[in-house]
Formats: sequence, structure tokens, C-alpha cells
Amino acid sequence: MEFFRPATLNDALTLKSAHPTALCINGGTDVMVELNFDRKRPETLLDLSAISELSEWSDQGDSILLGAGVSYTRIYHELAKELPGLAMASRTVGSLQIRNKGGVGGNLGSASPAGDAHPALLASGATVNVASVNGTRAIDINDFYVGPKKNAMNPDEIITSVLIPKARGGQQYSKIGTRNAMVIAVCSFGIAIDSTNKSVGTGIGSAGPTPLRAHEAESYAASHLDWTHGSAVTPEMMKEFGALVAAASKPIDDVRGTAAYRRHTLAVISGRCLKWAWTSTQEMRSK
Amino acid sequence: MSNSTLPTKQRDHVEAPVLGGLGESVARPDGTLKVTGDFAYSSDLWADGMLWASTLRSPHPHARIKSINIAPALKINGVSAVLTHDDVPGSKLYGLEIVDQPVLAFDTIRFHGEAIAIVAADHPETAKRAAQAIVVEYEILEPVVDADYAISGNAPVIHDGGNITRHVPIIFGPQNLKADVVVKGEYEVGMQDQAPLGPESGLAIPADDGGIDLYLSTQWLHVDRGQLATVLGLPPEKVRLTLAGVGGAFGAREDMSMQAHIALLAMRTGKPVKIVYSREESFFGHVHRHPAKLRYEHGVTKEGKLVYVKANIVLDGGAYASSSPAVCANAACFAVGPYEVESATIDAYVAYTNNPPCGAMRGFGAVQTGFAYESQMDKIAETLGMDPIELRLKNAMVRDSLMPTGQPVDSAAPVAEILEKLRAMPLPPLTATTDGFDVIELPGGASNVTHGEGVRRGIGYAVGIKNIGFSEGFDDYSTAKVRLQIINGEPVVEVHTAAAEVGQGLVTLKGQIARTELGVQRVVVHVSDTQVGSAGSTSASRQSYVTGGAVMTACKAVRDEVLLYAMEKLGHLHPHLLHFRANYKMVNGEIRDGEGQLVSSLADLVKDRVFECTREYRHRPTTPIDPITGQGLPHAQFAFAGHRAVVDVDIETGMVKVIEMASVQDVGKALNPQAVEGQIEGGTAQGLGLAILEEIQVVNGKVKNPSFTDYLIPTVLDMPPVRSIILEYADEHAPYGLRGVGEAPTISSTPAVVSAIRQATGLALTRVPVRPEHITSTL
Ligand SMILES: Cc1cc2nc3c(=O)[nH]c(=O)nc-3n(C[C@H](O)[C@H](O)[C@H](O)COP(=O)(O)OP(=O)(O)OC[C@H]3O[C@@H](n4cnc5c(N)ncnc54)[C@H](O)[C@@H]3O)c2cc1C
Repeated sequence: MEFFRPATLNDALTLKSAHPTALCINGGTDVMVELNFDRKRPETLLDLSAISELSEWSDQGDSILLGAGVSYTRIYHELAKELPGLAMASRTVGSLQIRNKGGVGGNLGSASPAGDAHPALLASGATVNVASVNGTRAIDINDFYVGPKKNAMNPDEIITSVLIPKARGGQQYSKIGTRNAMVIAVCSFGIAIDSTNKSVGTGIGSAGPTPLRAHEAESYAASHLDWTHGSAVTPEMMKEFGALVAAASKPIDDVRGTAAYRRHTLAVISGRCLKWAWTSTQEMRSK
Repeated sequence: MSNSTLPTKQRDHVEAPVLGGLGESVARPDGTLKVTGDFAYSSDLWADGMLWASTLRSPHPHARIKSINIAPALKINGVSAVLTHDDVPGSKLYGLEIVDQPVLAFDTIRFHGEAIAIVAADHPETAKRAAQAIVVEYEILEPVVDADYAISGNAPVIHDGGNITRHVPIIFGPQNLKADVVVKGEYEVGMQDQAPLGPESGLAIPADDGGIDLYLSTQWLHVDRGQLATVLGLPPEKVRLTLAGVGGAFGAREDMSMQAHIALLAMRTGKPVKIVYSREESFFGHVHRHPAKLRYEHGVTKEGKLVYVKANIVLDGGAYASSSPAVCANAACFAVGPYEVESATIDAYVAYTNNPPCGAMRGFGAVQTGFAYESQMDKIAETLGMDPIELRLKNAMVRDSLMPTGQPVDSAAPVAEILEKLRAMPLPPLTATTDGFDVIELPGGASNVTHGEGVRRGIGYAVGIKNIGFSEGFDDYSTAKVRLQIINGEPVVEVHTAAAEVGQGLVTLKGQIARTELGVQRVVVHVSDTQVGSAGSTSASRQSYVTGGAVMTACKAVRDEVLLYAMEKLGHLHPHLLHFRANYKMVNGEIRDGEGQLVSSLADLVKDRVFECTREYRHRPTTPIDPITGQGLPHAQFAFAGHRAVVDVDIETGMVKVIEMASVQDVGKALNPQAVEGQIEGGTAQGLGLAILEEIQVVNGKVKNPSFTDYLIPTVLDMPPVRSIILEYADEHAPYGLRGVGEAPTISSTPAVVSAIRQATGLALTRVPVRPEHITSTL
């Protein structure tokens, strides 16, 4: 096996173009598991963790440009105010050791429907920036997940960063897992309320072949939230919103849970997330 | 003699306790090494020029082997040997109680993951790839996967002799009694795994004398040796085993796993051969806890007195017998629990199926019934409108109560006190859900599932009973060799046994016993190996009792010899020695008479002599149980423990957060209180795991979750603090009055947690582990 550890993005792109089958590795928290289980035997590993620009984030005014290699630990320590939804999702990932190594670039690279970053990125309307020797592309997060563990990237491309709008309202992330920590999502839900545009974004995890959005639930919430007076989300709204989220999911039965359980709990946690996110939207306003 | 006449220095000398003796919380010698990562586990073994072994396992639960082609594996560079059943020189079968399991499969595959061929190569990866290169042709057969069906008489026969591995009936007291109230229930227990963090591993080194030396992680060196000798066709003395660092066992290492495989490869290649299972292989390579179906009927008076218990228990033993017969007997004997009953009618069966083989796991048959009878007690209390603790108190065993086998519990049985103490412990406060609450404290923990929505608190109680030591007439003994000598002017004691230290703390206890018995500070605990007699198994909570008893006995024998020698040398100065030897003490490296007067320092007396005694220790004999009535005196000692569980359940999502586990256990005598607490906490955690998390999911004979990604054991956010009260009612039959500690807490922990979830949800919850969808399914 060949192993490359370029120090610059340009070198990495050149190597990736010369070795399109090279497997990128950043934190290695997915890749090493795959190697360990013999599910992958790449000829070439391209280690991106030495490229400093991938492990930085910057403030772009309305958005945060998050380097693909910024660890989950840093996200929830440094960006909890700007990206509360992603920060909450990051906090639920694995254990501290995993959160110190893993990051959003790897989550997007794996594109597992259970990845915890996806619902938050979908809810916020993020853009994934990818690059190759031929130039860069900005992929709308809605076009990024194309199938089970498949994303919209070309073999010669590398994820450089993700552009994520700063929160303009409450955000929440909730995940169902059989254990109280260190657990892969049985299903999960992210929400981002945008009080400037009076809109609501959603993301569903682990309840379909890819991460999903719940469009009807979004429109329902946008038209039923009391944008003028900020009155509380009613139990009826929670229920209706939850039902629409559950209807947008496409779960299956597997070792982690049944489809029926996934639909049921998605409805519950999405209703709760709507309530909590709306409460924090009001708190943000009154500040 | 008044105290003031004694020189201060001398008095200190006499009364100062030996440091690190019995009753103290002596720290484990390997504790720091384990925490810092420096401890050498069996997976860290190394020998120059060693080869690595790998196993080929069946992907099918039931199949006929049509052919095995090893040629493609042999062609791979670096491969030294590829062996199949054809290469087993001795017995092709092994087994703990029934010799029925192939060392390497021939003709028939009986479970998913059964070993078919083994490879030795110069690199673990090469060995793995070579194993995968072996071509096996299978004729796939329909697996028998339901234990009820397996024993129905209609199922295909998995082993000659039928699918009932054992049936244990118990008929106790008058039969067919009538009762005011009848409560029936059906319960189910899923397949739990021991999940020891250290995977199966070992090193086999061929010896010049044609024998073999093995360094292994195991629970019973001598029973491994016996099985290995027959498989290898060697006399037992040519098979020498040394215990390597064991990373947990919990029953999983009672049966052989890789032992014969590396021995065969080492004998064939003439080179040391090492193996370390991956986590996935570990799930296939050892036996699990028996899944069970338990059908109960309790007859009770209106006042809540048990009149009769009828139980039909079917355990799924999987493809091979392992310790199934003994597990089945335990399930039957402890089917009623720690309660008095006039009449019992019990039928326990263990079945052969094409599921993974099941055998020993902490609690050993008493866990499955513990969940069932405690669930029944809750159900009876609910039916009668009685407080569940009052119901239990009304029926609690006391000293001399009869077991359903007719055996009296002739030692302390503080069941009522356990319950009273549990009830009296203060309850934890409700979890805060306002003002800066921490979501980590709530159901779902780190996953942010609830901020208080849907959360209900529940409290549940359970008590359990378990036997200590091997039962049913088994000659259950241990051996200890103790040697006293003077090294650099200081007396040093060496303790040598074959007992497996698997993390429970025997290694610490052996030193404590020697220090206390011989009054010597420096004790060297010899590594456990087969150079001394058998210690029996590290299971059945028995090693402190039996090996502890052997060390105690050997120490007393050494002391006797030292005193006899003192009599010979110093008798003229100390005439009392002759008749009052028993009054003389060995303390702080000195011999003192009954008055505390110095006779001699050990160093001065012993000089170059070596005192060495080897002694066996047996617990009192037990008897088999009658095959028709189940009556007899099968058990040597009984242990009692109870739990109170406090849980928060989010009833809308089924998320459970156990808030606190309180435990009360009688340990007879806490020889190392910290180690006792460790056992109670560990057993509690394993019971909690069975209650809400841990299950090997087997679908049509296939294991679906052989990894820690989906076989979930409790994390620190799932396992709450344990509040424990240790009772010490000495058992007059046992060394120092001790009572085995390790298993009892595993039994009551599971039903207590489930009982608390029932209270929170109002659901019946008749199956463990309780999954979130069981809680939400009725919504
Ligand atoms: C014990 C454990 C627990 C876990 N728990 C969770 C959990 O709770 N939630 C969760 O979502 N995940 C979990 N994971 C999975 C994993 O940690 C995450 O998916 C993480 O985000 C991966 O990041 P990484 O940097 O380690 O990725 P890597 O393993 O380095 O890479 C993952 C994939 O992305 C590709 N890749 C990485 N960087 C780039 C890049 N810049 N451009 C293009 N492709 C790239 C790789 O080629 C690979 O295919 C867990 C893993 C483990 C081992």
C-alpha cells in the first residue's frame, strides 16, 4: 500500500488526480474501521490531516467557512453560537476520542445516512466545496447525497470546506440511539429556524437510504409559527409537524430498530425539536 | 501483666496488624499497570520466530461439508501450515461435560461461525488471507433455531441421542395444590455475551520433549490441559499450561476456543504459534448466555403467601453442550428464587439447536430464572394489590428454609434484611429539567432526546439467590503450594496455585491470606500454571472460597511445620511449645507465645531451611439430585443479593436512563472490601446490560451484530453510581466465613431495572433486554 501525506492542498489535488482510486483519510475514524474489517483494501491512502487549511474555519460574515478537517470537538467548543445545530450534532458523535479525530469532511466523505452532521447541514442549507486539479465546485447540500453511502463527488475531487450560514434563529439536533452515549443513530433529526426569512429547515438522519429533508413539514412550520408575536408552539403543531417529518422518512427494519419505531420516534423528536428551537428563537430575539 | 510494663516498642510490634492482610482493601498488584496500559495481556505475548494463526469459520448455521480444498491457501507465500479435522491426531471432539464439539468441523456444520480450518503464517494478515483462500463446498441445510421446536420431537436431530441435552425435573412438596389466586406469566431472555474486553488469545510453543507449552487466557488450566491432551494424543504431563494476562472472562473462557488450534499448529510446524481473535471472531469463538423461555404459574393465598410454583423452562443451548447440563440444573434449582414455598413443580430443559453454543456466563442459569420469578413476584403483588416488598418479605427465605430440592439453607439467609435495607436507603432526587439542566442526566443522554418531555420515574426491587461452587456431587477442590524461606534476612512466602486470575482479585487475596496466616510481610504470588495441582475453575464465584481455602490450609501446614521445627530447636527454652502449639502466633516475622513473648524471629530460626507444603481444599460434599424428583443436597453454599433500581424513562421514545442502582449483599466476610465493591458494581453493570442493552441478535441461526458497534454494553452514561451495603454473616462452613461474591449481583440487577421500567411505563415487559420499541409499541 502506498501512503501519501501532502502538506498542501495543491499537492493533495495533484496526487488525487494521479491516483484517482486513492482513499482519502483525515481523522481515520471511518477509514480505519473499514480497513480493520477488511471491507476496503485501497492501493493508496492519501492522508489529508497535515494540510493546515483544511483544519481551519473562518468567519465570512453571514456564514462560517468550515474546513473539512476541523474536528467535532472544535466545532462544539468554538462554533456553538454561530452553528448551534451542527455543534449539538457534533456533541452526540461517538466518544471524546472520536470527536477529537473525526470531522465533517469525513462524515460527508462516508455519506452514511446515519452520519450526525448531515441533518444539521441539510437544515442550515450548507454548501460543500470540493476541489480538483481542474478547479473547484460548490455543491448544494441538497444535491450532495445521491444514494446509500454515495455522494456527488468525482474520483479526483477532495472536499475542502463547507460553507454554512450562521444561525438566524433557533437550531436543534436530536438523535435516537439505544444507548445514552457512543451510539449510531437509530434515527435523528435536525432543525434550523430562520427568523429573518421566516423559514424552517430540516434534516432527517438514519431513516432512509440517504439523509433527507422534510419539505412539507418545513412549509407547515413556516406557515404556522407565530412570527409576529412569537407565541409558543402548541402540542397540536408539534404533532402535525412530527407526523409530516415521519411521513417524509423512508425507514427500514434492521438490527438497530424497526421501521415503525423509527417513524414513531422521528415524529416525537422532531416535534420536540420544533418546540425547543422556537423557544430559543424567541430567546435570541429578546436579547 | 499490665500494659505499662511492656516496652512501648515491643508492644507496637506485637499489636501492629500485618499490612495488607485479610479485611483490608489491598490494592491489586496489576491495577496501575492495567490503568496505564503496561499490563501484558495474553494478546501481548511474543516469541522469536513465531507464526500467527487464523481460523476459517462457517458462514452457515447448518450445512454438510462436501469438500475442503486447502491447496489455494498453501500456495500463499508465508503460509506454513493449513490444518483440518484430518490433522487432529487424538480425539476429534472435546467438551466440558459432554464430548460433542469438533476441534475442527467434519461432515456437519452445526452453527454460524463453527471453525473448519486453521492456518499458520508468518504474518497475521497472511494467515487471515490464507484462511479466506480455503475453498469449502457446502450443502446448505435448514437450521433448527427454535428451542421449543427442537425438543418437540418433530425437529431434525442435531446430535445422536436427540435434541434434549438435559431435562431436570423437580417435584417438591405436595402436588396439585389449589390456591386463592393463580398468576401466570411467560418470560423470555435474549442471548447475552460476556463481552470480555480482552479477546481470546494465546501462544503455543513446541517443546524438545515432544510436548508443548501454552500461555493462555483461560478460566481453568487443568481442564484445558485434560482436553488438549486427548486432542493432541499426548500424556497430560507433556501439555504444560501457564496463565497469561486475562482480559476478562465471565464464563466465556471455560470452554476451549483457540487452545487446541494453536497447539496443533505449533506441533505441526515446530514453531511457536500465536493467535489473537478480532472482536468479531471473539463473538463467534466463545459460548454465550443461554437464551430462555420461562413459563410460570404461581399459586398464592389472598394474603400473599406462596402456595405453589410451577415452572417450565426451556434453555437454548445451541449447537454443542458446553456446560449446558449444569446450567439447566441451576435454572431448575433456583426457579423459585429466595422464597419459601410449600410445593414446586419444575421442568427445566436445555436444547440442542443450530444457534451459537451457549454455556457459562456469570449467574449461570440463575439469571434467566431470576428475571422470571422476580417478574412474577411483581405481577402477584399487582394482582393482590400488595406492596411488592411486603409480598417478598412475606415469603422470604430464612436460615433453614428448604430449597425446592429439599436441601435446607443451613447458613445465613438474610433475604428480609436485604429488602428492608434496600427500602430504607434514601432515594435520589428527581432529575432537574429546568434552569440550566444537563441533558446528559436525562434519558437519551448525550443524544438530546428530551428536556423532560415524556419522562417518568420508576423504582423497582429484586432479590436473587445463587449457589457458590460446583454442585451435584462434583469433587470440587483446589490446590495450593506455599513455601516459606529467608531471603536477604527477611522471611518471604511464595504462594503457588493453578487458579486463573481473570480480574476478580484472587491474586490480591492469596497474598492477603498468606500475610495474615504466616505473619510475613513479603509474599510472592507465583504465576498460575499446571506445575501444581488443579485449582478448579474460576467460576461459580468459587475461587476465594476454594483456592482461598487451599492457600489458608497450606499456610497453616507451613506454620505447623515451622512450629514443630521451633520445638525441636527451641523446645528446651520454651517448654510450652510442646503442648500449646496452637496458642503460638506468627506475626511480623516472629514467633510469639500465647502471652506475646518473643520465641524467635523467623529469620533466626529458619535460616537456610525451606518450609514447603502443598494442600488441597474441598468445600463440603454435595450430592447429585434425583433424576425423577430433583431432590438432593446439590449445593455447598448459597449467596443472596438484592437491588433497588431507580430509572427515568422517556415513555414517548423508549429511552431509559438508570439513575441509581442500590445493592445489598451478604458476603459472609469481606476479605477485601474494595474488591467486593468492585464485584458488586461489575455484576450490577452486567445485569443492567442484560436488562436494557445487551443481546446477540440471531436471525435464522445467523449472528447479526458481532461487533461493539451493535452489541451495546453500558457506557459510563448508562451505568449509574452504585450505592452498596455489604452484610457480613459468616458462613460457618467456609474459610474465614466468606461467601462467594461475583455472581449474585448479576441476578437481581436485571429484574430490578425491568421492574423500575414497568413502574414508570405501566407495561408488562416480559422480555429482556427491553428494547426502546417495546416501550413505545403500545403508543
Ligand atoms: C467508535 C466510533 C464511533 C462513531 N460514532 C459516530 C457517531 O456517533 N456519529 C457519526 O456520525 N459518526 C460516528 N462515527 C463515524 C466517524 O467518526 C464519522 O463519520 C467522522 O465524521 C469521520 O471523520 P474522519 O475525519 O475520521 O473521516 P475518515 O475516516 O478519515 O474518512 C471518512 C471518509 O471520508 C473520506 N474523506 C475524508 N476526508 C475527506 C476529504 N477532505 N475529501 C474527500 N473525502 C474525504 C474518506 O476517504 C472516507 O471515505 C464513529 C466512528 C467510530 C470509530
